[in-house]
Amino acid sequence: MSAPSLPVIRQTAGRGAARAAARRRSTAAGSDRRPGWVTYTLLTIAVIASVLPLYYAFLLATSTAPEISRNPIPSLIPQGHFFENVSRVLNSDIQFWKALSNSVIVSTITALSVVLFSTLAGFSFAKLRFKGRNALLVFVIATTAVPTQLGIVPLFILMSQLGWTGKLIAVIVPGLVTAFGVFWMTQYLESALPYELVEAARVDGASMIRTFWHIALPAARPAAVMLGLFTFVASWTNFFWPFIVLGSQNPTLPVAIQLLQASYFKDMSLIMAGVTVSTIPLIILFFIAGRQLVAGIMQGAVKG
Amino acid sequence: MATSTSSPQLDSGPQHDPERVPRRVGFSQTLGRWDVKVSPYLYISPFFLLFALTGLFPLVYTAYVSVHDWNLIGGKGAFVGLENYVFVVQEPNFWKSLRNTFSIFFISTVPQLVIAIVLAAVLDANLRARTFWRMGVLLPYVVAPVAVSLIFGKLFADKSGLINTVLGNIGIDPIGWHSQVLASHVAISTMVDFRWTGYNTLILLAAMQAIPRDLYEAAVLDGASRARQFFSVTIPMLRPTLIFVVITSTIGGLQIFDEPRMFDQTGQGGPSRQWMTATMYIYELGWGNQKSFGRASAVAWILFLIIITIGLINFSITRRIASDNATTKRKKVSR
Repeated sequence: MSAPSLPVIRQTAGRGAARAAARRRSTAAGSDRRPGWVTYTLLTIAVIASVLPLYYAFLLATSTAPEISRNPIPSLIPQGHFFENVSRVLNSDIQFWKALSNSVIVSTITALSVVLFSTLAGFSFAKLRFKGRNALLVFVIATTAVPTQLGIVPLFILMSQLGWTGKLIAVIVPGLVTAFGVFWMTQYLESALPYELVEAARVDGASMIRTFWHIALPAARPAAVMLGLFTFVASWTNFFWPFIVLGSQNPTLPVAIQLLQASYFKDMSLIMAGVTVSTIPLIILFFIAGRQLVAGIMQGAVKG
Repeated sequence: MATSTSSPQLDSGPQHDPERVPRRVGFSQTLGRWDVKVSPYLYISPFFLLFALTGLFPLVYTAYVSVHDWNLIGGKGAFVGLENYVFVVQEPNFWKSLRNTFSIFFISTVPQLVIAIVLAAVLDANLRARTFWRMGVLLPYVVAPVAVSLIFGKLFADKSGLINTVLGNIGIDPIGWHSQVLASHVAISTMVDFRWTGYNTLILLAAMQAIPRDLYEAAVLDGASRARQFFSVTIPMLRPTLIFVVITSTIGGLQIFDEPRMFDQTGQGGPSRQWMTATMYIYELGWGNQKSFGRASAVAWILFLIIITIGLINFSITRRIASDNATTKRKKVSR
């Protein structure tokens, strides 16, 4: 990183040294050399593999069931039946609108709550002094290795006792704060929030919660946005627990969409229209915030 | 300094009022000290409360349910000891579900890691439109597993599926993606990899970019080719991240449910349960025809012990590798 640039080398050490440096750098990490066509070919294949199944789903969603059963690739360009198929999804008995609004409610509340409680805990772990801090933080990290999904039977019993089965609250409550979130915010605030700021706020007479709200929370914003995004995506795509505890009466989107396949006649154009409309919101989110998702995964990887 | 530490209730800034501050010192100080002492615990408590209630308690209680005759509708029945365990262990479907779970896990994880490493190495180059390529590989991550499974269910359909049609056009016999055991596992693994390869690629890419560049320069000075650099510098330096990726995919992978559940219409894992996973078996026992929470819990508890055991093995291997790493720098990865 701190190595001088090639023009600098040329000016200070001569042309030969610059050429040698260029050669060395190009054979070394490869980070300065422009890659060749092999690289771009591989990447193109990877991106096509990512996009093609989704495009295929869209293609089928624009076609009709008889056409699809005649030929699995009815056409390479979209046909004109998309809105007709979508309206069949909307008017089917899967309660699409209810599922959509349920998904929006659950994912939004979960994301906001995870961000709030994780930042609160992260602030405490990263910047406050208290007994047992390290042990407790290790405990938080260790819980990420616990397969909590296997506790579904008692969790279901608990929800029935509370009378929550079939209600959104049964899906929201278990996800209100996650170990990953706490760990993530702790990591971030440790480096992003200077002790001096916290001290200064305390000296000025701010209470703990005020310090959190006015100092820690604003400092945590970039990481909080990423955490919120990841939580939103995870919650939106979650199937197992909503499927068990909500059932088809009050579904989230994945629970509703799978019902399209359950009918005895498998209408591919209908199923794929459902797949497409249920995926579009997240694709839009991805185009707006995909950059943040990429950065989030990469930052988490280096620290974690 | 200490006098101005206000309590949450006195937030509105009593320190600006010179008259009132001296009178309140004692009270405010006590509250302030209490604030400093208790707040840290208060702030981390939501996680611990929630984990205790919806994570730990259900897991522990699973053991309790598993030694009872417990019905979804009828509720708790008599204590039956290990009867539920004896029952499930004698069921061929139980062993099938374990076999399928591990088979799908291996078939999905190994190629996924290889592809992710290669893609990460490719992305590590000085690319044009870097963000575009990174986002391109991550796109499938935002698609719900249910949607992925519905799409791939059509791709892998036995009759009139896209893949079998293409195979037929180039003169290869259609593959029984839904009828054969191994083929169905490959199909389900493909769905898992479609969604997660890009994600893990970015994790590995970040780890690659964190490798100090002078290691490569030293390798070049020693005359290492690019391939040699990759295997002798990149891969060993990626080991901690690889272990992290493997551990996280173990925990998730052994609980797989969505993709195999959606792979056909009935969601039972095939006519002879050839792709029924352990979590699907738990669901079938508890919410299927039997409605036996006792038996479902027995399977859940067994699976829990298996995952914890694997986790501990992983952990000890990781530690051994880490300590090995300290003494001998150069070593090949086992996987």
